[in-house]
Amino acid sequence: MVTDTITDIAEAEKGTSLWQDAWLRLRKNRLALVGLFMLLAFIVIAILTPWIAPYSYEAQNLDLGASPPSAEHWLGTDVFGRDVLTQIMYGGRVSLAVGFLATSVALIIGVTWGAIAGYVGGRVDAVMMRLVDMLYALPFMIFIVLLMVVFGRNILLLFLAIGAVEWLTMARIMRGQVQSLRQQEFVEAAISLGLSPSTIIRRHLIPNALGPIIVYTTLTIPSVMLLEAFLSFLGLGIQPPQTSWGLLISYGAETMEEYPWLLIFPGMALTLTLFSLNFLGDGLRDALDVRGSKD
Amino acid sequence: MALLDVNDLAVSFVTRNGVNKAVDGISFTVESGKITAIIGESGSGKSVACYSMLGLVPMPPGRIDGGTAVFEGTDLLQQSESQLRRIRGRDVAMIFQDPMTCLNPFMTVGKQLMEPLLIHKDVSRDEARQRALELMDEVGIRDPQLTIDNYPHQFSGGMRQRVMIAMALINEPKLLIADEPTTALDVTIQAQILQLIANLQKKRDIGVIFISHDLAVVADIADQIVVMQEGRIVEAGDRAGIFENAQHPYTQKLLAAIPSDSKTPMPEEPEALITVDNLCTWFGDGNKGEIVKAVDDVSFEIRRGEVLGLVGESGSGKSTIGRSILRLVPVTSGRVEFDGIDVTGLEGNALKNMRKRMQMIFQDPFASLNPRMTVYDTLAEPILLHGLADKKTIGQAVLKLMDDVGLARAFVRKYPHEFSGGQRQRIAIGRALATRPEFVVADEPVSALDVTIQSQILDLMQELGREYGLTMLFVSHDLAVVRHLADRILVLHKGELVEQGTGDSLFENPQQEYTRQLLSAIPGRSLLA
Repeated sequence: MVTDTITDIAEAEKGTSLWQDAWLRLRKNRLALVGLFMLLAFIVIAILTPWIAPYSYEAQNLDLGASPPSAEHWLGTDVFGRDVLTQIMYGGRVSLAVGFLATSVALIIGVTWGAIAGYVGGRVDAVMMRLVDMLYALPFMIFIVLLMVVFGRNILLLFLAIGAVEWLTMARIMRGQVQSLRQQEFVEAAISLGLSPSTIIRRHLIPNALGPIIVYTTLTIPSVMLLEAFLSFLGLGIQPPQTSWGLLISYGAETMEEYPWLLIFPGMALTLTLFSLNFLGDGLRDALDVRGSKD
Repeated sequence: MALLDVNDLAVSFVTRNGVNKAVDGISFTVESGKITAIIGESGSGKSVACYSMLGLVPMPPGRIDGGTAVFEGTDLLQQSESQLRRIRGRDVAMIFQDPMTCLNPFMTVGKQLMEPLLIHKDVSRDEARQRALELMDEVGIRDPQLTIDNYPHQFSGGMRQRVMIAMALINEPKLLIADEPTTALDVTIQAQILQLIANLQKKRDIGVIFISHDLAVVADIADQIVVMQEGRIVEAGDRAGIFENAQHPYTQKLLAAIPSDSKTPMPEEPEALITVDNLCTWFGDGNKGEIVKAVDDVSFEIRRGEVLGLVGESGSGKSTIGRSILRLVPVTSGRVEFDGIDVTGLEGNALKNMRKRMQMIFQDPFASLNPRMTVYDTLAEPILLHGLADKKTIGQAVLKLMDDVGLARAFVRKYPHEFSGGQRQRIAIGRALATRPEFVVADEPVSALDVTIQSQILDLMQELGREYGLTMLFVSHDLAVVRHLADRILVLHKGELVEQGTGDSLFENPQQEYTRQLLSAIPGRSLLA
């Protein structure tokens, strides 16, 4: 039974983490890797846009007008003769930033809030979740308008506002997960070892609740991007000449019969991002589920 | 001629990892009016063999590789699904392990009883209802007129199993397949259900296949016993032959795994490590305002170095006592003194330090280990938390612990799902011992395990108990196991202490009626003599 070798001990001393193992498993999932690299590519392009964009995003060429894709303008131009590729690149900066930042805000608040409510339970849970219910009931638009009126319009506030709304569902999912997990004996075992509640939540509950959270996160990012488009459309978000994928798509939709490329290319950018997110999300969920490992 | 003649039946499962021969050419017969018991551990193929005959094994991944199963002249394996459907529930009926999951919670018991009758026989609803009432009476459900329109949750576990039996019998089947029908039940209820099955089977002259993991359970009722291991029959014969003259080493091992001895109590009586005074643990029942007195005014002491057995049926409060001492449930009133310190009032760091000194081993090793933590993480966590090792020595400490509980060091980076139940319980024991506690509560630590694994784990616990100088509270519903392990035994009933004494005094001279009931319900008590 006892195989006391140096490698065993080295192995043990190295320690292990769920995340290292997850990464090893994720590396074997080709689709998830493709998703990951596409996302990274989009992010890098978005960061470098001011230096690598083929045109300035304000540059108009009214003589040209809306023209289909060509050698000078790979993805064509819009009615003001602005380069579509450049617009998509600049739009991506806003959309990706809104998507990821607002979702991170939602994720951090939602998971923490839900985990605490679910773990502590009783009166604390009741108060915390009634607060969530109240925020749910608050008309979202009024909330945003109020924020804009009080603090003035700025993109960062937009992230916060969207995040502040999206965390509600996240908190509910997390609370449900934690409530069922904390009935399990391994949580009781952790208590009897003397671990503090915050350690139990961090080490034992959150890792086991990750599956649904990740899936919901990959759904939240696109819905946040579309929400930004909606707000911008109402004049509450970003304003032209600044742009985002959502705005480009809504303008493109108006003229899709005459100039279909104005809808197709921004639409493709959004769709590719969503695909990548879904592939990566599925891959992450499987990679973090140690029981699903195929070896 | 035999009622059912199974010849060379082979069933396999085709999985990603290859073909798994679940049943590898088995032959046995079932006679009318006789009980054939199929005994084997989980994974031995005992259930698959019976389910495959009735077309209840999903195919694929399942696949019947060959053999015949002739039931009254027809080969069940050659029947189409629609032909099998006519046989199932009419000529062959089944009873399953867990009556709660097998009954539809949204249908009254009466409706569920009438359903098979209405499907298979041409009877009116009134006749069916009449028949249901008769059967409920026959299986020993009191006042069937009053309870027939109740829902399953209004019945106790034992009563639900009686409903299942009535449902199985309502179409007058010729063959009854009972798959672990008493495993989920308390020991006294188990004895009643076993008696009921035996009586009904004699009265109606039907053949019964009784599938079980536990030889002791069938010791009193089986006519024929078939012992299976890894898809093969290792031994078969009549009851006397198996119990008195087992040939195959595996059967002998199964028989030896039934604990039959009594631990010799400690010679001297050491001082008490834990004193429990008038302990009450009550639970409020949600909104109804009802109070469940799980533990009601219980006092006892646990002496340093002894194993104290705590027996009782489900709902007797035996687990709650253990959890109250460990401060895993809030105590309503009373004192629990551990080495002179009142545990019930501890908070913060004092509580954390106390937790280091007392630990728990849980019943279900599949639920008590965090599925996302490797063995290393699980075992290292308590050691690091209580500062018993630092970053440099932790690796060695974990490996030492693995050696102690008999886990190969190579498993250190594996996750719980990669282990068998017995190995998982070893991990759980390792975790409990990681803080080098003085006192351990073991809550049914072997009841989720196979019989032969049970004895290994019990041996391990005894050995480690000596090595670590442990005081142990051993909670179990299984009197035989407790007698084998414990210096003294407490009997608990409905939250109150009924009787206490050494194993021998309790078994040979029980003072209370309830203790006598418990003792007479031990399955296979003839083996314990």
